Amino acid sequence: MTRSVTVNLITGRSIQQGVAIESGKEKDSYRTACGIIEMDNADLKKLGAWKNTNVRVTSEYGDVVVKAIETTQGPHPGVAFIPMGPWANSIVDPNTYSTGMPTFKGVPVTVEVAPDEPVLLGIELVQKLCGVKPE
Amino acid sequence: MTKVITDVICPFCGTLCDDIEVVVSDDDRHLLEVNNACVIGTEKFLHSQSKDRVVRPRFHQEDGSWKEISYDEAVEYTAQILAKAKKPLMYGWSSTNCEAQSMGNEIAELSRACCDNTAAVCHGTTLIAVQDAGLPTCTLGEVKNRADRVIFWGCNPAHAHPRHMSRYSIFPRGFFTGKGQMSRKIVVVDPRVTDTAKMADVHLQIEQGRDYELLNALRVALKGEWLPETVAGLPEQQIREVADMLKTGRFGIIFFGMGVTQSISKNHNIDEAIMLTKDLNAYSKYSIMPMRGHYNVTGSGEVFAWQFGFPYAVDLSRGFARYNPGDTSSIDLLARGEIDAMFTIGSDPGAHFPISVVKQIAKVPSVCIDPHLTPTTGISKLHVPVAFNGVECGGNCYRMDNVPIDCRKVVEPPEGMLTDEEFLRKVRDRLRQLKGVA
Repeated sequence: MTRSVTVNLITGRSIQQGVAIESGKEKDSYRTACGIIEMDNADLKKLGAWKNTNVRVTSEYGDVVVKAIETTQGPHPGVAFIPMGPWANSIVDPNTYSTGMPTFKGVPVTVEVAPDEPVLLGIELVQKLCGVKPE
Repeated sequence: MTKVITDVICPFCGTLCDDIEVVVSDDDRHLLEVNNACVIGTEKFLHSQSKDRVVRPRFHQEDGSWKEISYDEAVEYTAQILAKAKKPLMYGWSSTNCEAQSMGNEIAELSRACCDNTAAVCHGTTLIAVQDAGLPTCTLGEVKNRADRVIFWGCNPAHAHPRHMSRYSIFPRGFFTGKGQMSRKIVVVDPRVTDTAKMADVHLQIEQGRDYELLNALRVALKGEWLPETVAGLPEQQIREVADMLKTGRFGIIFFGMGVTQSISKNHNIDEAIMLTKDLNAYSKYSIMPMRGHYNVTGSGEVFAWQFGFPYAVDLSRGFARYNPGDTSSIDLLARGEIDAMFTIGSDPGAHFPISVVKQIAKVPSVCIDPHLTPTTGISKLHVPVAFNGVECGGNCYRMDNVPIDCRKVVEPPEGMLTDEEFLRKVRDRLRQLKGVA
């Protein structure tokens, strides 16, 4: 049975995300900056995953494959962070509760190891989920 | 020979740094070097020079390939979809200048569109709270010269506004803050130990999503009333110590970001933060300011408010401006499947909207006006590349403290490329013909 861990997901900016969006979202550097989940060491241990392993992150609203890395701004046990971008937005809570604002922070997600599944490029991921043919 | 241009404005974040130096070639065609900007701003200037840039409009074919078309054809397609749509959405506006935003509003009136800017997924809830509770605010210059208590609540400028701290909020030596960082007490409220938190005198590592409780507890502590042993995962004693520290400041400022606007409770978090600011004014002078993200999202709110009366989420489909976030806001309009044409400019909803909403964009006729390749251009029917605003054309922009600053043109765009405003003017003129207004 695949091991999994449940964490509270928050999304947001990182400086690497900022540089990547300005240098080109079609590039591999965007995936390196944003196709990740920053997890606390304690949660990585619970998951039984090596650092830099691909994982599948699933919420009530969808699932996505990203690379699990050790948090750069921790410790924050129980909380995980995906930089804002299409990977995070594949699983965030779209409900606005009549404010116009989706719930980008505070989404319960399950993380399971998926070493053989690829992390898609940003544009590729959105095109695939929207059923648009890639170039 | 090369030329150095000084006092250039950086078109990345709401800090709108105005001390950038760029080195350009003698013929103004190539940007060679950028000084003083942060790593993100530098990348923005340099990316305009990339060799693989798209320089002509492209139409997405059925097989996924792109067909290059002329600007005139792009104008025709854009005007036609806006003229035919019953409820088009014109979204974005935060990475373009106020002149283009105003031109866009003329198009929106002609096509009876819904208009929204990136506040929809950023500080939209702040705007709701400001309408509820007001906004005791100031300029960044006052922060630099006066603030000795600085609170960063749910924001991480070390990553999102990299020079904010050195220019205004933590390090600079101002008129009444001559010792720079030593003159200030810094408080950071964040569920992570962010790089901003590492610079703080006090880091309140709050339980995620408990901002309302902590803001309320600070108001209680100011009044010396009873508090439970822990609030939002923090001990009562620490909350009282922070409240006392805030009371003893001469001038304080609360900067807040997505940690409060996007967490559950949303606008109510900001209501409470504004009321905390009001309460603190009983002891000292306090202000509050949203950390606006895009360099001209503030300007977009200003232009919408000037021309339509509301700062975002404006619906013109009935021929007059209506504003009701949750009803007329982009995410909700798309989620309900009401939008029958999508016009995107100066933003990337494909990357920054929840995917269930992005799928709706892919279903309708769409145009994306953007110099970059993005997930939005990847799912749009038409991609119109334009000049980089703030690099290849100038124009008015508003800093996060509502100070208007004129961006500067420092280098020529590629041959034959239009600016946002030029393209929008052509669309407006064609739309006038189609609607019989001209």
